[in-house]
Amino acid sequence: MHEVKPAEALGFTFDGRALTARAGDTVAAALLANGVQACRQTPVSGADRGPYCMMGVCFDCLVVIDGVGNRQGCLVPLREGMRIETQAGRRHPDGAQS
Amino acid sequence: MTTSALSSEADIVVVGGGVVGGAMALGLARGGARVTVLDEGDVAFRASRGNFALVWVQSKGLGMPDYAMWSRRSAEQWHELADVLHEDTGIDVAHSQPGGFMLCLSETELEQRRQTMQRLHNQMSLSDFPYEILDHDETKRRLPDIGKDVVGSVYSPLDGHVNSLKLFRALRDASARRGVDYRPNCTVDSIASDAGGFRLKGAFGEITAGKVVLAAGLGNARLAPMVGLEAPVKPSKGQIIVTEKTDAFLHNPMVTIRQTDEGGIMIGDSQEDRGFDTVVRQPILSVMAERAVRMFPRLAGLNVVRSWSALRVMSPDGFPIYDQSLSHPGAFVVTCHSGVTLAANHVLTLAPAILSGGLPDTLDAFSARRFHVPAHA
Repeated sequence: MHEVKPAEALGFTFDGRALTARAGDTVAAALLANGVQACRQTPVSGADRGPYCMMGVCFDCLVVIDGVGNRQGCLVPLREGMRIETQAGRRHPDGAQS
Repeated sequence: MTTSALSSEADIVVVGGGVVGGAMALGLARGGARVTVLDEGDVAFRASRGNFALVWVQSKGLGMPDYAMWSRRSAEQWHELADVLHEDTGIDVAHSQPGGFMLCLSETELEQRRQTMQRLHNQMSLSDFPYEILDHDETKRRLPDIGKDVVGSVYSPLDGHVNSLKLFRALRDASARRGVDYRPNCTVDSIASDAGGFRLKGAFGEITAGKVVLAAGLGNARLAPMVGLEAPVKPSKGQIIVTEKTDAFLHNPMVTIRQTDEGGIMIGDSQEDRGFDTVVRQPILSVMAERAVRMFPRLAGLNVVRSWSALRVMSPDGFPIYDQSLSHPGAFVVTCHSGVTLAANHVLTLAPAILSGGLPDTLDAFSARRFHVPAHA
């Protein structure tokens, strides 16, 4: 049988918890692999949402990555040391130069 | 399976199921009429799905004071429409009227605006329209997030906005609850007089009605002549950019930028004369985005989630057309490019007038007969 080289493990945090996932995973895949079902609350009703379509369409996997809100987790490759947080409601309109 | 021929009778058939047709249908049904709406399929251009959702007064009516008064009246009645929709459907259409700004990015722009507002208000009957011309400092006091490039603004307390998708849904829902028979995918091919009423035919079959209201947007140009009316409307392309949702920081609508009740920022108000082309094109979007960021620099940090274009329904002079046919009494045409602003008038004033038999004298100015006057008379 063909030998599959085990993927490198990357360390990251989700809401402060230390987790690991495989290099090559997206942020959303890494969260699902760690059993995270909900990574945001909707701005309108506050209901929990988690990764769904995994292809950039549904916007249900929005998270805060290294302080930047509303990132689509399924479109962002996981990197070592990423600080991922729940996107609670609307993104704060910060981070823009004035 | 047998299908009955799609032939039935209604008191009134409304052709067109967008915001204008939906408002007319609801107003007519509220007056007790049996209403059928014949809506085209998704081949239609659907201006109602693409609009910017302003309930806007301040810049409207140069060259036609009646339009300024009509827009103002609708803005004033919009609270009542929002209440009606909420009572009927439980849907809050997020109508608010906090006053609106038109931001200017150069002294030339501001001066042009100032002159336009003066000409507008020099028209008889419009002298009491409230508006203010604000310099940079006063604009910044009221809108702390503006950028340094904003040299000033025009403000009017009459302006507001709404969630137009919720409006669209509420009109449909309220109409359904009042028995309106909504039929999608029913393109009307012909309309003919029939025993004191009208017979409308298409691939869907046929339907007869005592009255017919043409609210088919760009389709009115084809339909109106069938009943002795005219609606020489043409498409005017508009493009819109929408950002991700953010915390509320824009509490007033601008002509070109607004924040929805759910948090997204809409950037719009482009106008292009490109026939029926609805392709979204980057050059215009770039200009819109660049101007928006100069107005509110913090927008530069937001992600765009989608953009789209839609076609306004534009008459030769830009004003609505309301008419009853002289040769085919009972046939009406209703066409405008501000179906959201004018929705309150359409539900609460125009529909009752049509039910009672004719248009009020106050709408004489909106007859298409105005296009017959020679330009140099």
